[in-house]
Amino acid sequence: MELLHATDVSKSFETGEGPLQVLRGVSLSLTAGTSLALTGESGSGKSTLLYLIGGLDVPDAGHIRIAGTDIAGLDDPGRAALRRGTVGVVFQQFNLIPSLDVAANLAFHARLSGRHDAAWTAHLAERLGLSALLSRFPEQLSGGQQQRVAIGRTLAAKSELVLADEPTGNLDEATGDAVMDLLLELVSETGAGLLMVTHSMRLAARLDRQVGLRAGVIA
Amino acid sequence: MIRAGAQALWSHWARHRLQLLVVIIGLALATGLWTGVQAINAEARVSYDRAASALGQTNLQQITRADGPLRLADFVALRRAGWLVSPIAQGGLRGTGLEVLGFDPFTAPQGAAVPDLRGAGDLSAFLVPPGVVFVHPETVGRLPDGLPPARVLDTIAPGRLVTDLSIAMQLLRSDTLSSIIVLENQPQGRTPLSDLDASYMLSAPSEGSDIARLTDSFHLNLTAFGLLSFAVGLFIVHAAIGLAFEQRRVLFRTLRALGLPQRALVGLLAAEAFVLATVGGSLGIVLGYVVAAALLPGVAATLSGLYGASVSGSLSLSPIWWLTGFVMAYIGAAAAAGSSLWQLSRLPILAPAMPRAWARANARTARIQAFGGLGLLTAALILGVAGDGLVAGFACLAALLLGAALLVPTALTLIIRGLSRFGTGVVTRWVWADTRQQIPALSLALMALLLALSANVGVSTMVGSFRGTFIGWLDQRLASDLYVTTRTPAEAAAFQDFVADDVHAILPIISADITLGGTPGEVFGIKDHATYRDHWPLLEGAPDVWDRVAAGTGVLVNEQLARRDDLWTGATLTLAPDWRMQIVGVYSDYGNPAGQAIIGYDTFSARFPDISPLRFAISADAPAALRDRIVMDFGLPPDNTINQEEVKAFSLEVFEQTFLVTRALNVLTLGVAGFALWASLTTVATMRLPQLAPVWALGLTRRHLATLEMGRALVLALLTAVLAVPVGLGLAWVLLAIVNVEAFGWRLPMQVFPWDWAQLLLWALVGAALAAALPMRSIAKLPPSELLKVFAHAR
Repeated sequence: MELLHATDVSKSFETGEGPLQVLRGVSLSLTAGTSLALTGESGSGKSTLLYLIGGLDVPDAGHIRIAGTDIAGLDDPGRAALRRGTVGVVFQQFNLIPSLDVAANLAFHARLSGRHDAAWTAHLAERLGLSALLSRFPEQLSGGQQQRVAIGRTLAAKSELVLADEPTGNLDEATGDAVMDLLLELVSETGAGLLMVTHSMRLAARLDRQVGLRAGVIA
Repeated sequence: MIRAGAQALWSHWARHRLQLLVVIIGLALATGLWTGVQAINAEARVSYDRAASALGQTNLQQITRADGPLRLADFVALRRAGWLVSPIAQGGLRGTGLEVLGFDPFTAPQGAAVPDLRGAGDLSAFLVPPGVVFVHPETVGRLPDGLPPARVLDTIAPGRLVTDLSIAMQLLRSDTLSSIIVLENQPQGRTPLSDLDASYMLSAPSEGSDIARLTDSFHLNLTAFGLLSFAVGLFIVHAAIGLAFEQRRVLFRTLRALGLPQRALVGLLAAEAFVLATVGGSLGIVLGYVVAAALLPGVAATLSGLYGASVSGSLSLSPIWWLTGFVMAYIGAAAAAGSSLWQLSRLPILAPAMPRAWARANARTARIQAFGGLGLLTAALILGVAGDGLVAGFACLAALLLGAALLVPTALTLIIRGLSRFGTGVVTRWVWADTRQQIPALSLALMALLLALSANVGVSTMVGSFRGTFIGWLDQRLASDLYVTTRTPAEAAAFQDFVADDVHAILPIISADITLGGTPGEVFGIKDHATYRDHWPLLEGAPDVWDRVAAGTGVLVNEQLARRDDLWTGATLTLAPDWRMQIVGVYSDYGNPAGQAIIGYDTFSARFPDISPLRFAISADAPAALRDRIVMDFGLPPDNTINQEEVKAFSLEVFEQTFLVTRALNVLTLGVAGFALWASLTTVATMRLPQLAPVWALGLTRRHLATLEMGRALVLALLTAVLAVPVGLGLAWVLLAIVNVEAFGWRLPMQVFPWDWAQLLLWALVGAALAAALPMRSIAKLPPSELLKVFAHAR
């Protein structure tokens, strides 16, 4: 089943020197249960494309269909509902809620989407090696631990499409590899689709498919 | 979804309890002082209305005489002519501060708030000597001996005795009526008033009581202070809520990225502000009640001393003031959170979410703020020079204070930039640069501090100027040694003979109630004597002022009347329809709200032949011995003779009471500003690590850093206090030259008190040191692991 289908997506930003065209007619697709790595140099537009797919921003032109819904036609509440129910984003900067402990952070997205499953969350915590850290706050965790919480938060909500923006960018290689192993295992376990932005060809090679972006077009 | 979002938002407060406390205390302080002032005003107004409406004086017409006081014969004549009227005798009970109100139970208007005399025996007890006086429960303890039996009644105004007309006239030692009220539904065919007596005048009912009008300015002053405290409190709330928004910017982005709709997020934050305002407002109302209960006796004493108004010394819970307290709390929270919520509602999800550490005031904002401040100061200048009236005076004050506050960050930045040229050491240069960078973060607290310190300088300058002028004025005005009150004209004549050989001068004090410029006033008759020529405090006068007064060709008026009706030397004063005199001088008359005129004694006697002097001012070589003789040998009661010192002491006591409440509010406002500084320093300290950690890593100890933090707080407080002095002097000028002239009817010369400023600077430093102590301690004790996190990118 086709989970994501993006067609001729374009996006530009206003800068002091005039409009900057970041994406120029990008098209790609992803089916459920598969993974796709989006690679490219800094400034190639890969994070922008990820945010457009995640409904965090709107394209200037083109169409993005997620699970059959064209998100270009959605208003702000509609896109918010998409992020709650269908898409989960794992950020490079983790973006945990600093005032909530690990247990509350893990369950947060699921509670927001109304799909909280305590047993599933506990299972994820166990798999992610977080069971002993549930009462800690994010500031008391290492970078690797925080990223594992962020992954757990997305998977706990049973999102159909997991978007990951350089999920190991802030981690050392060994920790990054461990986090990556867990992410791939769990995504595979849930049957979700995974779209991951990375500039590491080594990590990209571990995913089912790789697409390169250069200056806003598919290379 | 909403529950999870609310939980995430509220978890911030659970982890930042001090910040939560600051918001709630800020709201409570802002609401509390405002509510306290409102409670005092509401209580006073209830008392005025109760006093004014006892016999329906506020909504019924009254008959007065243009040529002197009314007597019972006038009442009888009016009744015989078919008029439905009722007599009132009202006046102060000598030496007690109490007021007597006598009415006629047979003719008093129905529905008037007078005692119900329908019970068995009540009417006869009321009418037949010794009669009955009805008093408020609070008044019972103040009743002197020798009065008729007292009955307690809640509906009577505090400080008032209500009794039968004839008993009231006996107590007042007067044979005149204070007014005759005209009942509604008069019969047809009654004799027209002008046919009865040409000097009868029908006056329209007044809206509200005279006392309420007189005291409006006083209450406006209190309200202005309440608003100032509210504004200072708002700075705290604005700073704390603004910080909470800044700290949660990443959280907001995360929540929206996870699917919380923007409207839901804004709604939750608005609900959060509502809950905070409700909690802070509730505490503020309790605080306001405590403040009002503590200040009300002082206010009651002030109003009694200054205006002769009786106000209950105990506080009742009125829904109006506590409801307005909540409204103010909600307005405060909306003002504090409004701009952040508006920004949030327009913010794209992917807008930069890095916390900018409270330093949102970028160069553009600072420029706008500085131009706004300059604009407001210009407006204040225009209002001060060209404005007219009390509202313009307060608008000038508001523009001056707000304009100065807005200029604080720019002024401090410029001063510190100038000071930084003097530091050559690397640490010193870092400290100056870092201090300059900290100003936006502390600007709200420093603005609050400037407001409070300026108010302090302004009010203390005003009170000091007032005190200096007032004491000098008392010395001039109270030139005689003894002031004696006799009881009857016969006793007065005997008394003058009795003391003739022991005195340099015996000057009768004689007056009549009269209408001056359409409002009740007094006219005095004075003998031509050196006591007046040498001492009377004239503000202006014709060269031959005293000769013309003595000759009956000129009249003196007090400053209040001159300012109110624009009647100065050379103008003509109308004392009655057929009696006009040229004004030959204006004298200062502090503490008297009513208009007053002085004419020659002979002119007075010719105009008011029925009034003979009962009071006398005496100058003698041995006043103490003479006083003893007056009591022992002549037989006047001791209370009827008072010496100059006693009058001065009483007057000064009234004066001190007048500004007691103002000073108390001033101190409370200063306390609120101190709290604002502490709150800002404490919250900023938690965000200082990225700036302090590199310097620590480069070799400065934590203790050294903490000491530098303390020095920084002291320098900023000192500079703010120095800036507050000229602002405070501007404030004092507006108070003395505009507000007080409108409020009280007199103007005072401004005096300056540099020693007071030095003390204030010292207090500002002590306050800043106390405010910085805890944040400094936390920096000195900071674990190295916390500082290291800055380098580990874990923050």
